[in-house]
Amino acid sequence: MANMAQAVRMALHFAEENLGVTDIFGEDVGMPLGGVFTCTQGLKTTWNSPLDERGIIGTAMGIAMAGGKPVAEIQFCDYIYNTIDLLKLAGATHWSSNGQWNLPMVVMTPVGSGIRGSIYHSHSVDATATHIAGWKIVMPSTPLDAYGLLLSACKETNPVMFLIPKALMRIRGTELIPGEPTEDKALSRLIDAPLGDRTKWAAQWPTLEDASIPLGKAKTVRAGSQLTVVSYGRTLPLCAHAADAVAADGLDVEVIDLRTLWPYDWEAIKASVEKTGRVLFVNEDTEVTNFGEHLVRRTVDELFFKLLAPPKLLAGKFVPGIGLADPLEAASVPQQSDIEQAMRALIAVQP
Amino acid sequence: MARDAKKMSAPAKAAKSAGKAPFKALVTHSEELALDKALLLSMHDTMVKARCLEERLIAMYKTGHGYFWIGGPGEEAFNVPLGLLIKKGQGPAFDYLHFHYRQSATLLAMGEEGVGAIRQMKNTAGDPYSGGRNFAGHFSKKDWNLVPVSSPIEVQYAMAPGTALVQKRHGGDGITIVTGGDAGTAEGDFASCLVWASRPGQELPVLIIVTNNRWGISTPYEQTQGVEKISDRGLAFGMKTKTIDGNDPVSSYLELKEAMEYVRAERKPYLVEARVSRLYGHSSASGANFATAEADCISQFEARLEKAGLLTKAEAKAVRERYSEQFADIARAVKEEPFPDGSSIWDHVFHGEPGRDPLA
Repeated sequence: MANMAQAVRMALHFAEENLGVTDIFGEDVGMPLGGVFTCTQGLKTTWNSPLDERGIIGTAMGIAMAGGKPVAEIQFCDYIYNTIDLLKLAGATHWSSNGQWNLPMVVMTPVGSGIRGSIYHSHSVDATATHIAGWKIVMPSTPLDAYGLLLSACKETNPVMFLIPKALMRIRGTELIPGEPTEDKALSRLIDAPLGDRTKWAAQWPTLEDASIPLGKAKTVRAGSQLTVVSYGRTLPLCAHAADAVAADGLDVEVIDLRTLWPYDWEAIKASVEKTGRVLFVNEDTEVTNFGEHLVRRTVDELFFKLLAPPKLLAGKFVPGIGLADPLEAASVPQQSDIEQAMRALIAVQP
Repeated sequence: MARDAKKMSAPAKAAKSAGKAPFKALVTHSEELALDKALLLSMHDTMVKARCLEERLIAMYKTGHGYFWIGGPGEEAFNVPLGLLIKKGQGPAFDYLHFHYRQSATLLAMGEEGVGAIRQMKNTAGDPYSGGRNFAGHFSKKDWNLVPVSSPIEVQYAMAPGTALVQKRHGGDGITIVTGGDAGTAEGDFASCLVWASRPGQELPVLIIVTNNRWGISTPYEQTQGVEKISDRGLAFGMKTKTIDGNDPVSSYLELKEAMEYVRAERKPYLVEARVSRLYGHSSASGANFATAEADCISQFEARLEKAGLLTKAEAKAVRERYSEQFADIARAVKEEPFPDGSSIWDHVFHGEPGRDPLA
């Protein structure tokens, strides 16, 4: 089964062949490296940009304005912050021109902790990204979802930010991407660039299918009756594992993968919370003015009388960075044990 | 604005004390009227038209018919020839325009009517550039590849390489034109444009323009930047560059023509610095009063036309009166037009989707 880096690569291949993607670019995105996480190896429209994030976002906007369809990469989301006003401008272009201009562009960037990336390779950006109107914000937690959501992102006529949880980049999926060879190592032989000289190497792409997943649709990854857990990205599989762990004690937890943060699937959250009466939002961005706080607010506003317990947010600690040492990272972002504890505590609350 | 007028000699003093050549000596300028009569008179006509439009916008601001004014009076001698030379149309075969907010004269020279600028000043629903959402001078016109003008300074220089890249690939002679002021060149986006436009073997067809009026709101150029000619910054990137007299429509026309022909044919960047005046200050925030100590490109041009026997004082006066009256009439009519409805805030958040409150 493909890992998320391979899934992204296959989606981009499909998109440049079938969806009109014209430019996949960013720092070290072209060969010989094909991206620091190998997401762009072997593709035909990749190129290496100057080391200039503002130039990358600005150029993507220009390409989109002139009729191209760019997928621009910011190498780590930690380095997207100096482009914030360009991101705002991209999100505002259709609105400020009263509908004249639109920007079909995708910005993809690896996010979050989990690779011992120290202070400046562990940031999350979902709280900031969801604060910029005019963008669609996507974050997959499985290779198949990464493939399908990226295809939809490339079909969009609006700016889409595609956030890739870097901790999940090398985790193999459990579902085949349509067209992917079934034998485990066959895919690697076809599309992973070899070590050493790559000048004569070309990817052998499998015949892939359009398995688009619509933006704005959540996925219930585990059904349950006592508690709803809503998460996305790196913390999603932790929530699923935690739900399995507490099931041993007879606790029945529903887990929803939001997948698209904006526009998000409120109907899915609402239906689940109306059923369980308890909700826990989990993500790893810092907890003050966190996107999950918005979800808590909306839950209180709209579902207050359905609740059996106060809605809770479990998120990253509000510290300037994530320290390198294991105990520092573990203390900064939610771990499976933290999630289990929060699940037990919420289910224990009685009105 | 009186403050601006009083400070007029500050840059010159600063330049002198720094041992630099005086401002004027750096600029090429020809006294000859080396263009045909019809073109000269047409340029004069549009320059005056643009001035009258901006003066009407200022009058609207001062009489409470607009919240904020910013524009380009004083830059007409440069902006009109620029507009006349643009290859106007939609798509990569035509020029992409990444303008700043001092460019109304360019639009008029391209054939735009002034009523749109007046509607934008009054923020009416019929404002063709932003539907009452944006400031005066913040034009956007997709039919002419004019991308939305933004208030943040210099961001347009980061976007210009993108349209130019598509044009280089497309072929033909369409180019990207980006304009901004001297103060903004301190932003990194200006450097981004120089870097991205000059990658070896992948040079881009961008005409990079800086209109240098020697001011950043209230701060003189000489206080903030050590480079004598902004155009020199292009030399480090192997670009063709020139500093020109933007107060002279004849040399502006000829220099822009030469620069554009180079970019169109060679598909490589060219950096033009045009020395211009700022006749009504930065914006209405500094009062928008006439700066008597700055050179007025229109009166200078009229003197030359008169000396050459091409235009009399009475004819020049008649042109000005005609446009003043015309824009006053239009403004009177626009004042009666409706504002956008508050419920329209949800429109155009996303392309291809009906406007709606996502939390409703």
